[in-house]
Amino acid sequence: MNDVLRVTDLRKVYGADVVAVDHISFRVVPNEIVGLLGPNGAGKTTTISMILGVLTPTSGSIVIDGIDIARNRRQALERTNFAAVYGALPGNLTIVENLRVFGLLYGINNLESRIDAVIERFDLGRLRNRKSGVLSSGEQTRLALAKAFLNRPTLLLLDEPTASLDPAAADDVRRRIRTYAEEAGVGILWTSHNMYEVEEVCDRVLFLSHGTILLEGDPKRLPAEHGHKTLEELFIAVAREPLTIGAH
Amino acid sequence: MSTRRIAAIVLRQLYLMRGSVARVLPLFAWVAVDMVLWGFITRYLNAITRAGLDFVPTLLGAVLLWDYFARVMQGVTTTFLEDVWSRNFLNLFATPLSTGEYVTGLVASSLLTSAVGLAVMLVLAIAVFGLSFFGFGAAIIPFLLILVTFGLALGIAGSAIVLWFGPASEWFIWPIPAIVAPFAGVFYPISTLPVWMQYLARALPPAPVFEGLRAIVAGRGVAIAPLAWGAVLAVGYLVAACLVFGAVYRRAVRVGLIARYSAESLG
Repeated sequence: MNDVLRVTDLRKVYGADVVAVDHISFRVVPNEIVGLLGPNGAGKTTTISMILGVLTPTSGSIVIDGIDIARNRRQALERTNFAAVYGALPGNLTIVENLRVFGLLYGINNLESRIDAVIERFDLGRLRNRKSGVLSSGEQTRLALAKAFLNRPTLLLLDEPTASLDPAAADDVRRRIRTYAEEAGVGILWTSHNMYEVEEVCDRVLFLSHGTILLEGDPKRLPAEHGHKTLEELFIAVAREPLTIGAH
Repeated sequence: MSTRRIAAIVLRQLYLMRGSVARVLPLFAWVAVDMVLWGFITRYLNAITRAGLDFVPTLLGAVLLWDYFARVMQGVTTTFLEDVWSRNFLNLFATPLSTGEYVTGLVASSLLTSAVGLAVMLVLAIAVFGLSFFGFGAAIIPFLLILVTFGLALGIAGSAIVLWFGPASEWFIWPIPAIVAPFAGVFYPISTLPVWMQYLARALPPAPVFEGLRAIVAGRGVAIAPLAWGAVLAVGYLVAACLVFGAVYRRAVRVGLIARYSAESLG
């Protein structure tokens, strides 16, 4: 199976000596949801920023759907999209205006029918002419996801997509992502601090600590393999004693 | 270059304009106020001077051209600042959009919005104050082209300044036309300036435009060589501004500013 994402020996150093990401390698295949976990400052968002082409790696390579982003940024990003809690779409445009602008940026053919499809898929029909800035958190998340699926990406990056949602809205969003991703055969890299969510949606997880991948495996089996009852306990142990866990 | 992606930047700006009085009014309100103010000043000057000078083409014509230049520059920076204010860089630059396409979108947006200001100024200056704008003849074409090119260059350079220093630095770019005006000889011949200012004036593309405008009003022909030099300078500034913007963008991507761009300077 072809990788939708292959990250090799990726490193990012800020300034002279602040190492944010330290020689990490991993892959994501179609129909796979990979959780990128770790405490604040572990390097998750830095990794996602490099994959999105908005942060230059110090070294290493990122290949999206067989295309090296350093060599062909445009083609690689045509196959990618993202939704992040810190990347809200401009609030002074309506839902349909935002989707039209981003549809043009992604060069989507038959744009209007594609916009109608994602609006229907994420239940935004009655809000389509409402300014994005006045939407509730749940509605804004659904809009971000509609934008994220607009170009039928092969790789989707979701940085804490349910961070500001209540449990019911979060459950709804997870269900929609899961369903749509399965239908479209998308590979997803998903960061979250909600371990219940990670266990529910992720096929595989990568634990980052101090910029390195400390653990990797099935989120349902990984806790027991490292002497913990739950993924949350394992997460806390990784955050507090990364060296001990790494040596396990 | 993708025309679709360039159109996306322009379309975003048109959406923002549509139904936003706060955005549409500045396109013509301040230039209209300038036209009215300077229109009456020129009438007054015509009435009290007996030298037979007509101040309408010299002063009002100069104000019109200068305001148009300022609108072109601000058209670029305002479109850019919309992305700063809405923290939209991450969304934009995580798409296949290139910096060249983005800057071209800023330029196209500016040309569209500044055309509105120019139209309003022309209507007021011609219909109310009798400015014979087309009396400047074919020279008006290079005059406008030089000012547009230099305005775009300053707009792109101003955007690069904000990208480098952060959103709080936007006040750096608003006064740029006012700072350039005394050196460019908008209202008086360059020979009026002290020698050191004249050296600076020669490095500014608008200087030969306004010298040429006064030469036409005085019944002399426009000197081609200084105008050609102004055009070369303007193109040079535009190329330099694009290169600077590209370099500042690459730095922003290297240090992580695009991903983290928010209030205050992160540079």
